[in-house]
Amino acid sequence: MTTSLAPSSADDPLAYRPVALVDLLDRVLATGVVISGDITIAIAEVDLVRISLRALVASVGALAPPEPPDAVPADVHRAPEMPA
Amino acid sequence: MSSTADVLPATGPARPGCGVWLHGVTRDVDPALLATTRGMDGAAVRAVRAAGLVAVVSAAPLCEYGEEALRRNLEDLAWLERAARTHHAVVAALSRAAAVVPARLATVHHDDTRVAGQLTARRVELTAVLDRLTGHDEWGVKGYVVPGATPRTAEPAGSGGAGAAYLRRRRAQLTARDEGQRIAADAALSVHEALAGHAVAARRHPPQDRRLSGASTAMVLNGAYLVGQGAVAGFRRLVDSLAGRHPELRLELTGPWPPYSFAEERPAGPALAVREPAC
Repeated sequence: MTTSLAPSSADDPLAYRPVALVDLLDRVLATGVVISGDITIAIAEVDLVRISLRALVASVGALAPPEPPDAVPADVHRAPEMPA
Repeated sequence: MSSTADVLPATGPARPGCGVWLHGVTRDVDPALLATTRGMDGAAVRAVRAAGLVAVVSAAPLCEYGEEALRRNLEDLAWLERAARTHHAVVAALSRAAAVVPARLATVHHDDTRVAGQLTARRVELTAVLDRLTGHDEWGVKGYVVPGATPRTAEPAGSGGAGAAYLRRRRAQLTARDEGQRIAADAALSVHEALAGHAVAARRHPPQDRRLSGASTAMVLNGAYLVGQGAVAGFRRLVDSLAGRHPELRLELTGPWPPYSFAEERPAGPALAVREPAC
């Protein structure tokens, strides 16, 4: 288990149960209606998920043990990398 | 001032030095809900009304949410978590009250007039999405490989020295792993198709990186399903039944979620790429 990505009790206490950050980021970064904001147009044109995953993996890497050697290729889809 | 932005009198327009962070679009919103829901700056969220729609927004100080600051902050895990959870809390509160089209994280406009302009320009599309989402929630189903639940290939016999035997064993292990992954991927596909059959819309997100999820085995399904509120009990039963039918997968149900994964009309046409002209 990682530490900072575990469900947080600070989340909404009512009908929506506490959610894991990683599940939330799947949704708020990669989906949701794209109504281009003036300020974030430049950011919206690159892949937000990749930007943030790069940061997350860097942050989590300091907390969690390294990826097991048996990691499956499926993980490659979300490998951190610089956007073009 | 433009007349398109009809801001609730109790709150007022964006402050100088602040952008306008869009949380989501809905048909109408209870002022009491706005007053008790905190936005990005910790103050109550506001409504920007235009074209019969309501954009729920909050003030986003440009020192933190301007373009350069966002680039930096999106790479800061603590900042990103706080922003994502704050945004989600607003979207979830709206979603409990009525259908909402959630905005993607970090959608920041210069002012209310620009937000209102988007509502007007995209009224038809937003209204259609709201119609489709009304009475539905998003549910997530994740599937993880169960180690040892897939057949193993027998240890091959053969001639040669210890080195050759090692290589044969290693090849057999890799073959078994490939076979296990193929079986898990097939199971993920059948589970997804069965769940999609019980949902009004379905999509698969990329599997989560185990460094982020902390999962002990590989994820082979990261599905999102838009389910009618009257059909949830049946959906839950289906998940249970699929878990029983597929011991090679461990299924995990999350939700209900606001319909983040179904906020866009499909297929994504050029209309979705409409951008505001530059200043």
